[in-house]
Amino acid sequence: MAQPYSQLPRWVDYGLIPLINLTVAFLVAGLVVLAVGENPLRAAVLMVEGAFGSGDGIGYTLYYATNFIFTGLAVAVAFHCGLFNIGGEGQAYIGGLGVAVGCLAFDSVFPWWINLPIATLCAAAFGGLWALIPALLQAKRGSHVVITTIMFNFIAASLMVYLLVDVLKPVGQMAVETRPFAEGASLPRLDWMIEAFGFTIRRAPLNITFLLALITSFLVWILIWRTRLGYEIRTMGHSPKAAQYAGINTTKIIVITMMISGGLAGMMALNPVMGAQERLQLDFVTGAGFVGIAVALMGRSHPAGIIPAAILFGMLYQGGAEMSFEMPAITRDMIVIIQGLVILFAGALEHMFRPYISLFFGRIADSSLKAAPATTGEGH
Amino acid sequence: MAEYAIELAGINKSFGPVKANRDINLQIKQGTIHGIIGENGAGKSTLMSILYGFYQADSGEISIDGKNTKINSSNDAIALGIGMVHQHFMLVENFTVLENIILGAEDSQLLSGSISKARSELVRLEKEYELNVDPDAIIEELPVGIQQRVEILKALYRGAEILILDEPTGVLTPSEADHLFRILEQLKEQGKTIVLITHKLREIMAVTDEVSVMRQGTIVATRKTDKTSVEELAELMVGRRVLLRVEKGDPNPGEIKLAVQNLTVRDSRGIDMVKNVSLDVRAGEIVGIAGVAGNGQSQLIEAITGIRPAKEGRVLLDGEPIDVTGQADPAMLRKRGLAHVPEDRHHMGLVLAFEEAENSILGYHDDPSYLSGPMLNIEAIRNDARDKIEKYDIRPANCRLKTANFSGGNQQKIVLAREMETDPSVLIVGQPTRGVDVGAIEFIHKRIIEMRDAGKAVLLVSVELDEIRSLADRIIVMFDGKVVGECGPEATEGELGLLMAGVTNDKIEAAE
Repeated sequence: MAQPYSQLPRWVDYGLIPLINLTVAFLVAGLVVLAVGENPLRAAVLMVEGAFGSGDGIGYTLYYATNFIFTGLAVAVAFHCGLFNIGGEGQAYIGGLGVAVGCLAFDSVFPWWINLPIATLCAAAFGGLWALIPALLQAKRGSHVVITTIMFNFIAASLMVYLLVDVLKPVGQMAVETRPFAEGASLPRLDWMIEAFGFTIRRAPLNITFLLALITSFLVWILIWRTRLGYEIRTMGHSPKAAQYAGINTTKIIVITMMISGGLAGMMALNPVMGAQERLQLDFVTGAGFVGIAVALMGRSHPAGIIPAAILFGMLYQGGAEMSFEMPAITRDMIVIIQGLVILFAGALEHMFRPYISLFFGRIADSSLKAAPATTGEGH
Repeated sequence: MAEYAIELAGINKSFGPVKANRDINLQIKQGTIHGIIGENGAGKSTLMSILYGFYQADSGEISIDGKNTKINSSNDAIALGIGMVHQHFMLVENFTVLENIILGAEDSQLLSGSISKARSELVRLEKEYELNVDPDAIIEELPVGIQQRVEILKALYRGAEILILDEPTGVLTPSEADHLFRILEQLKEQGKTIVLITHKLREIMAVTDEVSVMRQGTIVATRKTDKTSVEELAELMVGRRVLLRVEKGDPNPGEIKLAVQNLTVRDSRGIDMVKNVSLDVRAGEIVGIAGVAGNGQSQLIEAITGIRPAKEGRVLLDGEPIDVTGQADPAMLRKRGLAHVPEDRHHMGLVLAFEEAENSILGYHDDPSYLSGPMLNIEAIRNDARDKIEKYDIRPANCRLKTANFSGGNQQKIVLAREMETDPSVLIVGQPTRGVDVGAIEFIHKRIIEMRDAGKAVLLVSVELDEIRSLADRIIVMFDGKVVGECGPEATEGELGLLMAGVTNDKIEAAE
């Protein structure tokens, strides 16, 4: 049976519908702000100004967006294979271990432009390997990745606490973190990029991994839509029966896809660990793995959608922090509520307005469709 | 009583931008059998769903027994005396007949009262309409023909005066179908009105009094059945003249290309679905496997094509053994010249969300001509798809269009083009015309015969007996996972029907 709602123009599907969802999310968020006795309009202005009004604001927004691009891509690649990888949080955390191992080993040996590729490989390998066991369990035993990857998030968290406290922390130090990386593992900032637009940047840790995230997005696009592996991943994701019929080794595809997904999540660690803190700390992922799910949903699992969605969430993080600073009634938890509303409307309720919109466009397109055959309505 | 049991005026229904029903006007006389015929996607099921309250029409009026009514749910429809027998039965398999009949029509919290009431009512109904069913039998232990009778009894128990049957013969053997038609005649004599939805012209001619033809969401004609012909109805359905007979010359069988020896296939539930099946297909012949759906044909094909491992047995392709019990995989078999048009086009043969060009390489995507290194050679793939679109007249001729937006017939042509253009030595075709419009059927049949004439070995599985009889050079009948008989294309429908019901020649002789 043909899908009745599948024939919308692309700009409606990818532009108008997300925009409507987002507007509704912000309207509802405005009601929440109103309920705690603040002015929603002023809150909105504060948020946008906080995110884009200064060089540091933009720097932080893009810094957060970098994290979300990586984790969003990780979730998207798995989505294309029909897998729901919600273990990005743990894979990114373990990816951080990879970054630290690479940097601690070579930071006083090589310059940054050799250490960055090494750290990237380590991050991707560690993240990918962390996804390997859930992948094998799914492919061979049918254990659902949603369950196993979320359990692996907890295992990752505990493992990292143990490693940082008992192994990686220098003797005699109070803070639970590794020693700071030496000069050779320090990444170039992108201050020039912000300054080119006439802003000044002081604190924001926006660094070269943002560009790496953009390049990675392009490579993921190539992988999914232009390679044989991507073709097999998509076939598997749309129809496992068709994959079987085509002679695609489904076990292999599941394992490879999950490892790519885990690797991308792991690469997220480059930004905070190597680019900002220049040491491995506890809990540096701070929910980016989960935000990646919302980013992938909103960006329709397409890199061209994931980048703006990641920037949107970067804005919510950065602008939200500024807003709660100016408006004491709006606490950090309120910001989480607003983010939750965006996820709710952009992700979970994605189809809420769709039937009405397609009905509307159906009426418009009616006259031009008269010649087309009716493809719907048979129950076969 | 009004003259018309059902009157529909100006019914419109659209799904998003698709108009499934356009300005439908239909009058169905009391006490008649009215056929509604049309290709897949013509809007038959949508119209009946409106009548049964599953969908609400966007505009238009419905009158039942002369009274203008609104039908907002199936409960409304039942209250108005409309009963529906669905294509896929709505029965609880592990309940008894009686429990299924009262389901949804229980009178109170305790069942004993309604059960004894239903039992006496059921006995009355069975007597009145000669519908013999054991009220205490468990549904899953009954043959499908009897299950269908339970569906009819269910509707009658709820006081149906109008009975809608949606593709009722799809799962029946020919003799079961004949029996059903006798029951429908009986119901008509008792004054019931029957609406029969089908795409089989033969059935329309056999039982209906009047027939309405639907095409692209509209009713294009209504005819008295005895004043029309199969040819005219086919032409009305398609909108142009159709060749119903398949023209083909004599076969010219060569060496054995595909040999299946003592194959047994177990399904995921652990039941042997194919039992010790042996068959040969020679170059230049079409071997048809006939049988009612679910008698092991699907599992047989899946085992031969490497999709499902067999439990035991041997398969030889071009004289070379295939490891069907273990490592055979579809990609490898394809390279050895085995092409497969699967019966489940929507989930197996195509990825509906893909562009047409992407589907035109499914299974052949590791062919070097479509690749440059690890990358897909998009240009080569699209050029190749455009060639196939032209050669197989796939419409619309756009290789970038999503496959879901093609009609059933054109989707099937995408699969055929892909599988036939690789010049295979063996072609396995499952249900080639299921859900395909009459116009495309003609084309597909012609292509299959061309493959035979080009010296390919063709194994054809179909539940459409007419299709098997007009295409196959030899017919093998499967029942309950076993081959129960083999005959030539000249076998009558009656003979095949008996075999399909599991009555083998030995049994006939024994009975005589």
